[in-house]
This record gives sequence, C-alpha cells and structure tokens, in this order.
Amino acid sequence: MSEITPDLVRHLAGLARIALSDAEIQRLTGELGQIVDSVAKVSEVATADVPATSHPIPLTNVFRDDVPGPTLSPAAALAGAPEAESDRFKVSAILGEEQ
Amino acid sequence: MPRDALMDFDAALEKYEPVLGFEVHVELSTATKMFSDAPNPATGDDAEAAGPNTAITPVDLGLPGSLPVVNETAVRYSISLGLALGCRIAESSRFARKNYFYPDLAKNYQISQYDEPIAFEGEVEVELEDGTVVRVPIERAHMEEDAGKLTHVGGATGRIHGAEYSLVDYNRAGVPLVEIVTKPIYGTAERAPEVGRAYVGAIREIVRGLGISQARMERGNLRCDANVSLRPRGAEKLGTRTETKNVNSLRSVERAVRYEIRRQAAILDGGGTITQETRHWHEDRGETSAGRPKSDADDYRYFPEPDLLPVEPSAELIEELRAALPEAPAVRRRRLKADWGFTDEEFRDVANSGLLVEVAETVAAGAAPAQARKWWTGEIARIANARTTDPAGLISPVHVSEIVAMVENGELTDRLARQVVEAVIDGEGSPAEVVTTRGLQVVSDDSALTAAIDAALAEQPDVLAKIRDGKVQAAGAIIGAVMKQMRGQADAARVRELILERAQS
Repeated sequence: MSEITPDLVRHLAGLARIALSDAEIQRLTGELGQIVDSVAKVSEVATADVPATSHPIPLTNVFRDDVPGPTLSPAAALAGAPEAESDRFKVSAILGEEQ
Repeated sequence: MPRDALMDFDAALEKYEPVLGFEVHVELSTATKMFSDAPNPATGDDAEAAGPNTAITPVDLGLPGSLPVVNETAVRYSISLGLALGCRIAESSRFARKNYFYPDLAKNYQISQYDEPIAFEGEVEVELEDGTVVRVPIERAHMEEDAGKLTHVGGATGRIHGAEYSLVDYNRAGVPLVEIVTKPIYGTAERAPEVGRAYVGAIREIVRGLGISQARMERGNLRCDANVSLRPRGAEKLGTRTETKNVNSLRSVERAVRYEIRRQAAILDGGGTITQETRHWHEDRGETSAGRPKSDADDYRYFPEPDLLPVEPSAELIEELRAALPEAPAVRRRRLKADWGFTDEEFRDVANSGLLVEVAETVAAGAAPAQARKWWTGEIARIANARTTDPAGLISPVHVSEIVAMVENGELTDRLARQVVEAVIDGEGSPAEVVTTRGLQVVSDDSALTAAIDAALAEQPDVLAKIRDGKVQAAGAIIGAVMKQMRGQADAARVRELILERAQS
C-alpha cells in the first residue's frame, strides 16, 4: 500500500493553494494512492543494473546562442490575465510566502 | 512591533559560538535570459527603463506549448564562476523544478538545480581589515532563474502585510542566476560580522573581475541571505539557524549578522529556543523581523526538469575557461598595491571600503591612482555614509575619472568638482552635462578675474602695500572676496597669481 494519507493530501492541497472538502480529501487519498502504487510497480522490474534516468533521449548540451529575439508586448502578455493594472498582472495578496 | 531583547555582543560571544552560512545570488549579465531569448534586464544600465512586462516571451510566462532552452553563455559564466570559487565542475549537471505556488513566477515552479549542481566543493580566500585571511568553504554553486517582482498595493508601508492586492512584473523572471552556497563557517567568533561582510565583498570582487555580473547590491544584482546559529562554546551540536533575507549591502551583512547573534543569544540565555525561520533585515531600523517558517526541502517537491537536457561540460571547455580566468583577488590585490604605489594604510583604506574595483576601474579610465583613491574614499564615501549606503555603485568609475580630468585641466576647482560628484550621484546626468546645466565652469577668463580683483582692491586698498612689504598672506583677503563674487567658480591659484603680478607692476 502507498503512504498517501488524508493528512498528506491536506498538506499538499495547502502547498498548491487548493481548498478541498473532507469528501474530496477522502476520494483523492484513494486515487493518489492508486497512482503511486501503479508507478511503484516500475521499481519491481528495475534491477540494480538499470540506472535511474530523468531523460529518455540520449542527448546533452542542447544550447541556445545568447542573442535577443522578439518579446511580447505588455498588452499581448496581459491578454490572458484575469485582471491587470498599470501593465502588471493583478493578483490577490498572499501573506507570508515571499520566496 | 515589539523590539527584540538583545544581549551585549561581547557577552554573547563569551557564552556562544556563532556558526555562519551564506547564500549569495548573482544575476548574470548575459544578453538574454536563462531559458528564453528575452533581453536580460539585469544587463542594462536601468532595469526599470523599458516599463513593466516588456522583457518577456511566452517561455517567461510559462505559456502552454512554450519550451525553455539553456543559454550557452550563462552556462559558460556559471562554470567560470565555479572555477573562480575553487569548485569542481560536474561532469554531468541537470536542472530541477522547485515547486511553489507564489505569483513571482508564472509557472508555479522555478527551474533550479538540486542534486546535480554545475559546481561544488570550493573555497574562497577572504581577507579581513587587518589582513587576516579566512578560508570560507563553498558547498555548491548552481544555476537557476530569477523570479518576477511584486508590488504590494494597499498596505501602509508598501510591504505585503496589510496589502489588498499585488501587481506582478515578470521582466526579472528568467534572469540567469547563480546561487552560491557556503558550508557552515566555524571559528569566526567575535569576527563573525566582519567575516560575513568580507565574504560577500570577496564574491562581489570575483564576479566583477570575471565580468559576468554588474554585481550592484543596491540594484539586486547580488543578493545575500545570511544564516546564523549559535551553540554554547565547546558544544558539538549545531544550534537552530535563522536565515535573514534582504541583506543588500556589505554594511548590512555585517550589521545583520551582529544583530542575529545578539538576538539569539538573548533568547538562549533566557532559556528559550530559536525558531527556524526566515527573517527580514530592515536597513532603516537596523533589526530583523520574523518572516515565514522555513519550508522543508520536501515541500518544494524537487524533481528533474523534463523540458531540459543534462549539461555535460567537456574537459576541453573547462580547461579553456580555467585558462581565461582573471587573477585571483588575493593576487590582484598584491599587484594593484605595487602598481598604484600606495602605502599599506592607503591600500587598506581602499580595500576595506570595498572600493578596489572602483578605484581600479577609475584608474583604467585614465585617472591617477592617488586621485581615484582620494575621490572614492573621500567625497563619495562621505556622501554614501550620509545616505547609509555603500559608495560602490553610487557613481560610475568612468564619471569619476572624467571629473578628475576636469579638475586637472582647470575646468573645475575641487569645490566645484564636489558639487558635480553629488549631482551625478543624484542622477542629473554625466559630469559634462552637470557642468553645463548648472553652469559650474571655472571662470578662467583673466579679464573677468582681473575685474573682480580690481573691485576687491578698491574696497581694501591697503592690501597691495602689505604684499609689497612682504606680507604675501594679505592676498588671502582679496582671494576670498574674488571667490565670493565668482560664487566659488574661480581657480584660487590663478587669482593669487594675478594679485601678486599686480603687486609687482
């Protein structure tokens, strides 16, 4: 069984800033648990001689030249924003989370 | 807000040993951003000039379908910096997503590096004011992207507390950063604040020497988070640390470390415990205040960035960059001291004010070393002190060299030049522009000076007789009167010459 508990789901929801009801937390605990268990099956077939990999394509060092290209206009950048003010994106004040 | 209880600094050091750690973020001055071809605002002279949300592409906004691609120059700069920090360069290095939900990045994650940084295990030699050398061990230096800027609206102080909403400008989002993380620094004792200042100063010197960042702390090109913990003297176990953010001048690094030592000592001495948290440094009040509780690394749910491929620098590239490294700062200091012909005291005066780079660049721009030193450690340092900021970055070395040249050509007197320095610092333009707009040229027209001398002599007719009697100092009264009439814009030496000529005629 996976280690997904209702408390962990509640904690993750807090980090993701999603409000979940108790019923949703119960349902997601089961669903996330199943996903984790399914993915964990991979570990059963991965033996010690299979190195961990984050990229399936055997490519490295794909770079870009340091040359400026076109940019979005502020209007285009803000076109998808729910709210904007003074050419800036307007968002709710979020307390205590300055990174 | 209640003031923190503070223990006397010396008393705190008698009981506790401070352990330091620093995270320094350096904005690289590449032409474009880390993962997009938007222009990099940290490279220009004025990051604000273009207006908000003008230096962005779909990649910087994390729009669907956009993909990041690594800037090769940023990788080269990062490797050079790693080498200059004495680090090993990773044979294989990869990016990771650091997940957090805060609107300073539009993607809900920052592309950073986690388990495979580009550079690791280095050491930086740091020289203190009295010449003592401290070796600061470097844990790692990794590549990442900067975040956007939030303006909090509606709060009384412009800070987030009490704000009604925030406005986001993503121009800075995606600017290439290198984060340099030290290992714990032990054994600094009462010199801990000084070591902090000297370390950040050394990093600034290194990145400026490499020419990979503008490194202006007041503009956020170089930012420092200071970690401080205390443990009873002789104890093995590390105490709980705090991480003080927003420490954005060399002077603040020193003050913030000292403050945290005194604050934590008072808590521990009263039987309390230190809360592991981030704290904010307030330059104006000279104190720190509690920020958020520090998240566990687990909460960032780091995982390898699937959109980017590993970076595997070849041995040839690393050796090419190693060969191109400038002199190490310690070597450079010895050479500059000899080149400039300064005494120990004069050189230390410059170095301890964090002005080596400024003086070197002023000399490179054509000023005599003694003049460069005089202006930076004199008038410019005085203005910086009055404004409680660092002199470096207040004015460009090229402008200082122009002002020195104007004094030497006789276009400006020392007194006028001081006005020009202050006006340039206040953003009134280049020295030449300030001289023109303020009409500060020295009056070098002898006929104008002669007229003023005649007028002064008419008021004090006995002066010429005194001079002829050998009392040359009597000329001072006339020089003073002429300077007053010319509003200081006359060359006093020339006025004196003209008076003496008159006395002999």
